[in-house]
Amino acid sequence: MNGGMAGTGRAPTRREVLRAIGLMAGTAVLYQAMEVLGHAKETQFAGPPNLSGARPGTKVIVLGAGLAGMLAAYELSKAGYDVQIIEYNNRPGGRNWSLYGGDTYTELGGATQKVGFAEGNYLNPGPWRIPYHHRALLHYCKAFGVKLEPFMQMNQQALLHSSKAFGGKPMRYRELHADWDGNVAELLSKAIDNRGLDSALTREDADRLRMALREWGALDQDFKYSKSYRSSRRRGFDRPQGGGVLGEPIPSEPHAFKDILDSGIWRVVAQHMSIDHQHTMFQPVGGMGMIGRGFARQVEGKIRFNQKVTSISQQGGKVTVTHTDTGTGVTGTTEADYCVCTIPLGILSQMDLDVSPGLDAAIRAIPYSNSVKVGLEFKRRFWEEDEAIYGGISFTDREISMISYPSGGLHSAGPAVVLGAYTFGPASYKFAGMTPEERIQRALEQGSVFHPGRYKEEFIGGATVAWSRVPFTLGCCAQWNEDTRKEHYQTLVAVDDRLVLAGEHASYVGCWMEGAILSSLDAITRLHKRALEA
Amino acid sequence: MRFVLLATALMVAAPALAQKAKAPAAPHPGAEVYQNVCQACHMANALGGEGAGKIPALAKNGALEASSYPIMVVTGGKGAMPWFRGQLTDQQIADVINYVRSHFGNRYKDKVTPAMVAEQGVPAPKGGFREQ
Repeated sequence: MNGGMAGTGRAPTRREVLRAIGLMAGTAVLYQAMEVLGHAKETQFAGPPNLSGARPGTKVIVLGAGLAGMLAAYELSKAGYDVQIIEYNNRPGGRNWSLYGGDTYTELGGATQKVGFAEGNYLNPGPWRIPYHHRALLHYCKAFGVKLEPFMQMNQQALLHSSKAFGGKPMRYRELHADWDGNVAELLSKAIDNRGLDSALTREDADRLRMALREWGALDQDFKYSKSYRSSRRRGFDRPQGGGVLGEPIPSEPHAFKDILDSGIWRVVAQHMSIDHQHTMFQPVGGMGMIGRGFARQVEGKIRFNQKVTSISQQGGKVTVTHTDTGTGVTGTTEADYCVCTIPLGILSQMDLDVSPGLDAAIRAIPYSNSVKVGLEFKRRFWEEDEAIYGGISFTDREISMISYPSGGLHSAGPAVVLGAYTFGPASYKFAGMTPEERIQRALEQGSVFHPGRYKEEFIGGATVAWSRVPFTLGCCAQWNEDTRKEHYQTLVAVDDRLVLAGEHASYVGCWMEGAILSSLDAITRLHKRALEA
Repeated sequence: MRFVLLATALMVAAPALAQKAKAPAAPHPGAEVYQNVCQACHMANALGGEGAGKIPALAKNGALEASSYPIMVVTGGKGAMPWFRGQLTDQQIADVINYVRSHFGNRYKDKVTPAMVAEQGVPAPKGGFREQ
């Protein structure tokens, strides 16, 4: 609120102050100012770079047509560079990828899947959701005409299954969440009654907290979490509200707190609270691969596909890349003045590289994580039609870890694809070691705990990607830790003579598309500076 | 089934067909570790694979002759391969190295012990397995 003291005139608005700072000092200062004033959150994106004035005829070779590579090519072309992209796959996008009906995918080891999904259905083997604060990625999606829609992360109607609780019967997230909050509120309010918090709170604040707990936990007048209209408004009624004679709802009985504890519900609650999973989340309409396609439209004609890079030389004041056509087997070289290399480190480490010893060591030091995804197509959306689950995720302590219902095409008829497994830790290695058919069968078996009588019965077919067997990455993402960050990160991102690395591995937003974008923008800004100073 | 497995290069390593007539031998303690971990990349037949990069074959692999080498790689990782110190026990690491060195066309007679893994292995990184 403004005091509006007479005679001082109107204070400048926040927007006017920002504009003035921006005009005087450029975007970095503007960003810092925005941060202080509370506008920019959770991202280092200050708008697209405004690179210009490249020396005419200067060539840049970009290795990899993933998001980092294509964005580098797009921005550097705009700045006046002559850019060519070399890509191993026969498609753009890299890990930004969707498998559609009719697609064929061959993993390392030779197992080939021909995906049989109905038109419009897909599996996103890699990235599948976009946090609202990944502003750089969102900016380019808008700029490149990639349509987005909401991604349902949290759905209270979805299920939680634990082999350690409720005799292995899946329960509604809503019930467990309500009972968790309610029980914690009741216990805390008891602690206040027993003077257990006297050392931490004044009497007045303890009273305020007690009242707050009643509201937050849906406690009754006696500060108990009980079977009541109040608690059932959260966890659901045994007989829901209706009209006419039987309109009166019947409250439901909360679960025993021991069972709630056994269920591990707090882990799911906590997961939804992470900044990476908070609403709003997005996904592209029609599959994550639409982003790769959107980026590819901006660099049309600049990508050479089916090229396997085998060496990078920086001798003689230029970059020389040797690459072999995976179709014809013909090996050739491409020369350029500079190189933006987005090849995943595990693959780059196997090449003949002409880089500084420090960068070479950094490239070799970072292992890659693993995960397996399985997409399962069903005849109809029984989770919507029979159980009113529209999008969201059901969690389990089985190896598949979760199943995620499609956020797109809600309330439509016809076949739909559920993400039937997204594995972590040891389960990823176990699943990746199976044949694709075995993975699909195991996912179907484990996921059927959520929807018995439907899951196996209405299954049509599946597709799966095990990232340790993905020919173009040999894993999911770079797996940094505190030690390797300290020892190698700055070397890894520094311009090395005429070459700079970019990708999620060269960021602190590891494993997210945003990391690839921010890394790319930072890398090309420094490479451009280097080229102008040369 | 609309999912069609067009081709697989899977040839399950057939351990000792000659023993068929005898009572089935207890499975090698390293076999389970291999199937649950190593096979994810090196394949069930230990032949590895090659795309933009290569996963080396462990079958008929001369680099396995000096047991200190697999001990170093399994405990310390190599390139894209993560370290498994801290994920697997020294006993499991010894078992799986012994399994690979005596299967898939490898016939190395000497055995790796957990004590050797403890002594020669790369320590688990202080910074943990990954960032939290």
